[in-house]
Amino acid sequence: MSRSRHGRFIALMAAAGVAVLALSGCGGGPGVPAATTSAGTATGGTPTEKSEVTIYGTIADAEAKLLEQSWADWAKENNIDIKYESSKEFETQIAVRAQGGNAPDLAIFPQPGLLGDLATRGFLKPAPAGVAANVASGWSDDWAAYGTVKGTLYGAPLMASVKGWVWYSPKEFKEKGWEIPTTWQGVLDLTAKIEADKGKAPWCAGFGSGDATGWPGTDWVEDLVLRESGKDVYDQWVANGVKFTDPQIKAAFEEAGKILKNPKYVNAGYGDVASINATAFGDVANVLVKGDCSLHHQASFFSGFITDAGGTVGPDADVWAFILPSKDGKGSSVTGGGEIVGAFSDDPAVVKVQEYLASADWANSRVKLGGVLSANKGLDPANASDPLLKEAVAVLQDPNTTFRFDASDLMPGSVGAGSFWKGMVDWINGSDTDAVLNQIESGWPSS
Amino acid sequence: MSAFLQWLSTLPSLVQVPVVIGAFLAVVGLLLFFIELAPRPGRKYTIIRMVACVILPLGMVAILDSYTWAIIGAGFLGLLLFWFDNRSRHGAGHLFQLVGFLSPAAILLVAGLIVPTIQTTAQSFMNSRGDQFVGLENFIWIFTQPQGVRTVLNTVAWVLLAPALSTIAGLAYAVFIDKSRGENFFKILVFMPMAISFVGASIIWRFIYTARPADQDQIGLFNQLIVWMGGEPVQFLQVEPWNTLALIAVLIWVQTGFAMVILSAAIKAVPIEQLEAAELDGANAWQRFANVTLPNIRSSLVVVLTTISIASLKVFDIVRTMTAGANDTSVIANEMYTQFRNFESGRSAAFAVVLFLMVMPIVIYNARQINKQRELR
Repeated sequence: MSRSRHGRFIALMAAAGVAVLALSGCGGGPGVPAATTSAGTATGGTPTEKSEVTIYGTIADAEAKLLEQSWADWAKENNIDIKYESSKEFETQIAVRAQGGNAPDLAIFPQPGLLGDLATRGFLKPAPAGVAANVASGWSDDWAAYGTVKGTLYGAPLMASVKGWVWYSPKEFKEKGWEIPTTWQGVLDLTAKIEADKGKAPWCAGFGSGDATGWPGTDWVEDLVLRESGKDVYDQWVANGVKFTDPQIKAAFEEAGKILKNPKYVNAGYGDVASINATAFGDVANVLVKGDCSLHHQASFFSGFITDAGGTVGPDADVWAFILPSKDGKGSSVTGGGEIVGAFSDDPAVVKVQEYLASADWANSRVKLGGVLSANKGLDPANASDPLLKEAVAVLQDPNTTFRFDASDLMPGSVGAGSFWKGMVDWINGSDTDAVLNQIESGWPSS
Repeated sequence: MSAFLQWLSTLPSLVQVPVVIGAFLAVVGLLLFFIELAPRPGRKYTIIRMVACVILPLGMVAILDSYTWAIIGAGFLGLLLFWFDNRSRHGAGHLFQLVGFLSPAAILLVAGLIVPTIQTTAQSFMNSRGDQFVGLENFIWIFTQPQGVRTVLNTVAWVLLAPALSTIAGLAYAVFIDKSRGENFFKILVFMPMAISFVGASIIWRFIYTARPADQDQIGLFNQLIVWMGGEPVQFLQVEPWNTLALIAVLIWVQTGFAMVILSAAIKAVPIEQLEAAELDGANAWQRFANVTLPNIRSSLVVVLTTISIASLKVFDIVRTMTAGANDTSVIANEMYTQFRNFESGRSAAFAVVLFLMVMPIVIYNARQINKQRELR
């Protein structure tokens, strides 16, 4: 080997080494998260520092626009850039994203059970002091409990909806002389009467919802468990003290099946019983407004879908609703839903947004825009403009009302957002009730 | 990379197209250039290779906004490989070089395959939180809950039907269009679905299967045909057990092209003399196919069958997109994902182990076949 060759080799090595050092040196901030870099461009560390907060949730389309509108002014004032992202696959994606280290700053959980799953596994940050104070002053103990996991508060409730409404056309009822039923048996009698009068299926139902297909079915079962067996059984059922295979739960399935699995009673405007699974839950608004369908079971948020489908909501308008009556017609029991905001980050900007979302200010700002409710005590009832929402507030504020949160949302994700949804789909599709109940029960977590 | 994309987004949309195509061609050209360069001996090429080893990773890292350490690591690796390359030309330190060149691949193999396999197996014996040993409980759960056995059986149905049907279809097609006029055109027709992702194919087929009530306009192809012939619309994806077959049809649709291309190439390699000799001996077309062509393409058939078997064992996208496992159509890979996202990592891992055990025999058989072929050569 000649000396010159050796020299050239060393020179090359040296050149490469210099290149490595130079590039690594000038790289400066590679790998530094984008949020910090953008914050660095602002002046100093003063409160005017602009930062970005990402929020992830299920609320989509028109509802998402209202949500963004509700905090737009506040965000501008506080110089915080709130990025909202919605997904109909939220229930699936949030767990995958959390476990994959790609979580958003804040997540709007429609299911306290899912929030609990993430909290007990250490993904979520406990609620900061400001949020805890807002929860203590703004919400009842029941509602605060939905955001509490094993004694630690993880977030504040956001919005609320009242479930168990039966939607109908007041005009049609008046013309045909049908009466609003006051007992569950009355509902079945009315169904038979409408079927006889019209000669076609009175009820319409749609369980389709992407990955979450089947959830409207769980609402049926929950309403019937609460109304037929009472709140104690309901509470034990949520805690798996009463199993899905228990006769009381089976009875609720069978009562619901008297309507949902009877081809003479469903699925108005869509075909046979199996078409329930193939029909998107929001699409039902179209047949309801068209008049193909006389009765439909869905939560208070459905008024938004009816408006989108070109109908009006009100006691004397195209479509109105009554609460599914209890077994004996005494008192009223309602199930309801809501969202809890959980945080994956404790950045000061994130905490600020979380505190704001937990405040009565936000609740008023959002409810004013229409379509939703909040259970916040600081909510001015006058802000609920929609007649149905006024009715829902009245139901919630009635001391005789037994209110319970949606059971499937309280159960662990593997049941509430898993085997229960899938079980409803299989059940509608004709699977045997006992087999379905066994399957749902087997989804309960191993520990 | 993100900086490049951000810059790209500021351009007018018509300018973006040629820039993207240009960038794509540049990358492909660069790759081909180095592949072409790699086997060439000589110091000039060694230097170019060495520069490429250092500069390319550096460039990538700089563009991708990655970590400082990655830059140093890439540079260090490039220099190390260059040094090994340089030594090897003088025929020194054979074992040393072997270890040096193999270690990156070995490290990746251990970190990406062997460690996860061991971890998953360990996890399948733990509870959902992974903090308590539960023995075989997760496996017992799979085989005792009502739909668990069904999930495994569905996977078996996939693995029996999809490879057999798509290979038969591909083989028949390859034989019939062999040496026909417009052969390439016919091949492209069947091969095209290969270019569509499973999710894309599933969405296409979900529309084909869509059913609307009899009194409404059908948007699904099959149900429109049924209605035209005077039938009632069928919910293809809900009627059990036929819905599983409807899903398998999608995989067959995608994989037939693959089978056809490989088998067509194998058929073309059958020695023409043997076919002529058989013809002279009075063998008819079927006898020539069964006794001459088939034995000659046996190794290709094995490759096609095992490849599609493995693809159908791990099928996930089709089931997830079309039914998400509802109505008894679930398969192991789908349940694995469903359990994982419900935080049931133990059950998910148990499904993974069952799948692993089912894939193993096919992989081993395939590997042995490839070995045998090497020995023949």
